Amino acid sequence: MASQYRMNLMVCTGTGCVSNKSLNIIDALNREIEANGLAEEVQVIPTGCNGFCANGPIIVVHPEEIFYQLVSEEDIPLLVEEHLLKGRPVQKLMYTPPETKNPVPTMSEIGFFKKQMLIVLSNRGIIDPENIDEYIARGGYKGAAKALTEMTPEQIIEEIKASGLRGRGGAGFPTGKKWEFCRNAKGDEKYIICNCDEGDPGAFMDRSVMESDPHEVLEGMVIGARAIGAKHGFIYLRDEYPLALERVLKAIDQATEYGLLGEDILGTGFDFTISVNRGAGAFVCGEETSLIGSLEGMVPEPRTRPPYPAVSGYKGSPTNINNVETWGNVPHIIARGAKWFSGIGTETSKGTKVFSLVGKVNNTGLVEVPMGIKLREIIYDIGGGIPDNKKLKAVQTGGPSGGCIPASLLDIPVDYESLKEIGSIMGSGGMIVMDEETCMVEVARYFLSFTLGESCGKCSPCREGTYHMHTILENITKGKGREEDIELLEKMGTLIKQTALCGLGNTAPNPVLTTIKHFRDEYEAHIRDKKCPAKVCKALITYTISKEKCTGCTLCAKNCPSKVITGERKAVHVIDQSGCIKCGICKSVCRFDAVEVE
Amino acid sequence: MKTIILNGNPVEAEENTTVLTCAQKAGVRIPTLCYHKMLSAYSGCRVCLVEVSHRESKAPPRLMPACSTIIDDNMVVDTESETVKKARVFIIELMLSRCPDSEVIRRMAEEYGVFSGENDDVVRDYLLNRAPRVKETNCVLCGLCVRVCAEITERHALSFETRGVQRVVTSPFRKVASKCIGCGSCAYVCPTKTITVEEAE
Repeated sequence: MASQYRMNLMVCTGTGCVSNKSLNIIDALNREIEANGLAEEVQVIPTGCNGFCANGPIIVVHPEEIFYQLVSEEDIPLLVEEHLLKGRPVQKLMYTPPETKNPVPTMSEIGFFKKQMLIVLSNRGIIDPENIDEYIARGGYKGAAKALTEMTPEQIIEEIKASGLRGRGGAGFPTGKKWEFCRNAKGDEKYIICNCDEGDPGAFMDRSVMESDPHEVLEGMVIGARAIGAKHGFIYLRDEYPLALERVLKAIDQATEYGLLGEDILGTGFDFTISVNRGAGAFVCGEETSLIGSLEGMVPEPRTRPPYPAVSGYKGSPTNINNVETWGNVPHIIARGAKWFSGIGTETSKGTKVFSLVGKVNNTGLVEVPMGIKLREIIYDIGGGIPDNKKLKAVQTGGPSGGCIPASLLDIPVDYESLKEIGSIMGSGGMIVMDEETCMVEVARYFLSFTLGESCGKCSPCREGTYHMHTILENITKGKGREEDIELLEKMGTLIKQTALCGLGNTAPNPVLTTIKHFRDEYEAHIRDKKCPAKVCKALITYTISKEKCTGCTLCAKNCPSKVITGERKAVHVIDQSGCIKCGICKSVCRFDAVEVE
Repeated sequence: MKTIILNGNPVEAEENTTVLTCAQKAGVRIPTLCYHKMLSAYSGCRVCLVEVSHRESKAPPRLMPACSTIIDDNMVVDTESETVKKARVFIIELMLSRCPDSEVIRRMAEEYGVFSGENDDVVRDYLLNRAPRVKETNCVLCGLCVRVCAEITERHALSFETRGVQRVVTSPFRKVASKCIGCGSCAYVCPTKTITVEEAE
């Protein structure tokens, strides 16, 4: 971010924007800037994830902070000419809220960004994640320097304890306490691990942090290693994240070159190295004992705790595992102090939480909010509400381990305790918004199909139990449910939770149990009336054509893949139910709203 | 030495003893399936779950596998509480739905009252009468064969393949392992007698 430039164009190069060709946009910008002789005045900077993923590719023009969205390569000549040469920001590339028709020029005025509070994501969209100098320029490695030169390991742990930081992987165990256990455990060799085996459907917080600000995580690990007394750390990164891998490897190289990793860090005599281990795609590796097994070269399977990894972890040595976001908070706490951090959030949940806001919500993306914020604020103020003015039905947090929160509970504060109380969990940060067209039985079946496929198969309740629960749910969605199935699911789910070996099995029934708790009527409608109220479950719905509305335009018949719609031109059409595959194409192509679903 | 309270009675045992060993010495029976005293604990079958709490902790009792839980002073263990019985019966029912013809599982089910108990339990009714079978096998995936081959004969000729309900025990590439010495240890430890040994030519 050299100051001699009059303008800096920050182009998002998070995975979402890259897949929408933001790298081509960077090339096009550079070409166009060169052609117009602006290379001395204007600089293009690739940045980490901006967060407003739904509207990518994104360019933010500094210093005015003009926010451009959904930019394509073809827009670049216009943008360069209008904004860069003539000083007229391009309105058609600005964000326009659905409720008004007025484009919003600057980033900070956009609702999506207004209520966010950035700690872990404080560098998002501002620095080039592949350039350590930019991280340092924003205060990076200040925390590590302070921890290594001014603080004893005990003081670091006290500071983390005082901050109230709790594990961001979902369970919310106090981080300082975890570090202390590991520090006090007997053992010559100690290890720390960063868990980036993010696998929940709809979650991409860890990926974005790794892609956007890898040094933040490395710095957190340096501080943690010093506090715990570890000489080596592992980053366990799932292999489906190639960009995160590339950037974190680059970051490790740069930090090593700068003497911030390796031997005698900052001349303090402290040695610490980090290696990256690529996960081969097992969800259970997010569970700490399985993750350690995988690091050791074994098949990932959980084992009984205690002993906890803090006592006996990697190769039997005391090991401390934290999630990406937890590590990402650490440098900020050390640099700015526990008091500052504990001033944010609620009584028991301090700081902020990063969520990936997805599903039936207008502003999909990555958000960081203070703990204690209401779900309603996240979904409506930041998320911009539900598309097409549909009604919100539920919010799913915690992925396959979490639960569905009904719209009636939108005013509960987002903190560990409140979410647990209503049967869900904070989880690692996936937040899936569901509208009135979502079938809650089908949602439960989907999550169970996920855990069924990801159960490692070691313990019988998880292996066999998820199979049975999934079968029962599948039968319900197919109209073969029985009266006692709800009680059966509740009882079996409770038993699986109690008896399974690890966190995967202990929480696998949660999506079923919470949907039964809050949406029992939907289960009953499927079982008793053989109806799917949300009109999703194919076995329970029928498509018919309204005699009153059909104009006989033949469009439905032309598009029907099964060729089961018949009717003369300008006469009412009829669907032959025996061959209908319920794909819904007729309904989507009908211009007269004549296709009805019952 | 450490002292635990087992079903209300103090029982003393050496440090690093498991709850299971401690209970066996005290004459308290805890069922097992994937456990063998000569092999490392696996804690996969869950039939040995017992309720464990600590006198000095406010945390509620937790179901823990007796085969791998190490005793400690002030540990309170209950092997016959209502929670334990329910959990145990559930595990046996799951096993029974997996391999309804296995003698050892049927015997276990009989001993713990799965057949004689009340018949209005929805979970039991489903698992015993309606649930589709996962696979036509009597293998309960206890892994004793895998462990005996790795830990005693050090052949590593058997291992698990795939995960979840798809999981099977198999030899490398599903062929007769070149390392297999035909010792028959795997067949010997198999509780459901799913492995048989054939004489070679």
